[in-house]
Amino acid sequence: MGKPILTAQGLTKVYGALKATDGLSLEIQKGEIHAIIGPNGAGKTTAIGQLSGELTSDEGTIYFAGKDITRLPVHKRASLGLARSFQITSILLNFTAEDNVAMAIQARDGHSFKFWKSARTDGKLRVPAREVLKEVGLADRATIVADRLSHGEQRQLELAMALATRPNLLLLDEPMAGMGPASSRKMVALLNALKGRITILMVEHDMNAVFTLADRITVLVYGRAIATDTPENIQTDFAVRQAYLGEYV
Amino acid sequence: MNRFQPTLKACILVAALVFLIGLPPIASALEADFYIGLFSRILIYALAAVSLDLILGYGGMVSFGHAAFFGAGAYVVGIFAFHGAEGSAVFSWPFMIMGTDNALVSWIVATITSAGLAFVIGAISLRTRGVYFIMITLAFAQMMFFFFTSLELYGGDDGLSLFTRNRIGHLSLSNDTVFYYTCLGLLIGFLFFSWRLVNSRFGMVIRGCKENERRMGALGFPTYRYKLTCFIIAGAGAGLSGALMANQTEFVSPSLLHWTVSGNILVMVVLGGVGTLVGPVFGATTLLLLEEFLSRYTEHWMLFLGPILIFVVLFARRGLYGSLVERIGDDG
Repeated sequence: MGKPILTAQGLTKVYGALKATDGLSLEIQKGEIHAIIGPNGAGKTTAIGQLSGELTSDEGTIYFAGKDITRLPVHKRASLGLARSFQITSILLNFTAEDNVAMAIQARDGHSFKFWKSARTDGKLRVPAREVLKEVGLADRATIVADRLSHGEQRQLELAMALATRPNLLLLDEPMAGMGPASSRKMVALLNALKGRITILMVEHDMNAVFTLADRITVLVYGRAIATDTPENIQTDFAVRQAYLGEYV
Repeated sequence: MNRFQPTLKACILVAALVFLIGLPPIASALEADFYIGLFSRILIYALAAVSLDLILGYGGMVSFGHAAFFGAGAYVVGIFAFHGAEGSAVFSWPFMIMGTDNALVSWIVATITSAGLAFVIGAISLRTRGVYFIMITLAFAQMMFFFFTSLELYGGDDGLSLFTRNRIGHLSLSNDTVFYYTCLGLLIGFLFFSWRLVNSRFGMVIRGCKENERRMGALGFPTYRYKLTCFIIAGAGAGLSGALMANQTEFVSPSLLHWTVSGNILVMVVLGGVGTLVGPVFGATTLLLLEEFLSRYTEHWMLFLGPILIFVVLFARRGLYGSLVERIGDDG
């Protein structure tokens, strides 16, 4: 594979006496789907927070597309092409599905200090928004207020918003969280279709999804990466570790 | 449904517009000129309420200090008029500005001053959230209240009388009808501007921040800057409204900056419909008419206003106008 799009080195986040991430180092290759797995409390969501910029790191550095982004705020990282979804769906609930995605399109289309022209009839926003909705399978739900969408559809919409910003790296925090088997399969298919086109770093508990999608997997325990390898190797390694540690998954 | 509701809305708007345009000649014909003054006051407060709703209803910023901008705008007009009558300068450093009764100067300066004040207050207040934001905006407004109370040159807590109303070029606003139409024109202008604003890209960002600021940040919007800009626009609107108020009463005093004024403007917005543009106009009309007529019967008119407000909040959450044209995600 080529050169890494994101490199994190020695990331640490301390909450009082607890080291949520403890010297975590990661390399994400361009084009891969990279999954982080680990038991509850391993610091997966904390790590995503540090990478996206919601949490400041106590130690360590993050390079993204060759740039040091360690001290950049969330919105600057986002405008560099770092998009994310949240563990608990985070969308604009009183906006229609199309308005949600149009907002994401607007985010990548320069600044929004434009006070006069209507954004509701702006083809530059609406046309690409409908395209992205189609891509995630929500084309016929465009005019529905997000609040009225099912949980699975809301997750799809959140993914659509992230995709609409044309990210260089997509951070997905448990994309299958709270989904039934049917919507889970749909989401896996969706992500699979993105494979190769978009670099994805995902945290996920659903092992089927992880082993189906991931090119590489990092196992996180107590804030440290104890292994990074292909799914096959991790799976074999897994049994060994489980035997020794007896605690994971 | 979609065909019916805009029609209902259009009917309400046209009826209101016809009423407001026709009011002065009818009031004069019926020898009830008093209503021209009353409705001028309503239009002025409506302007302030619409500006508050930009940050409150669309931006989700519950400011309890809108009187600061309202009062500052009024004082600018008062101070300019004071120096204009005296023939002296308002200030002479770094450059000299003479006092004047020309609206084109003093109203614009009033608007800019309030915008500048909103920049300072907003820049600090917007670093807080929720109840802290309410308290800090209130605290700033109180600071302004005591600041103007201590301005001995301009009457301290007694306030300052204007020698006469401003003029626009050669057009004197001393005529109540002329002044009324000036207020109406400015209100409609500001409503139109706000309508474009809330549906523009900027407006969508502001609404998005109200809905889910975290998501907006994650999409790449520097939310603080957008909210601050909105806060400044609202402050400017309130400043203009204050400039009109000084002309309406031909008197400015710290009471314009009292926290109850902020409260009243807030009540107008809630009464009429948070997050609608025309709602605050209805709210201002309702509140001031109730005040006018209830206070003829009793000085404890607030006692009756209270239950009405509770009723509206309980049973018409989107306010009087908002409930009438109920539609989620309305464009105003």
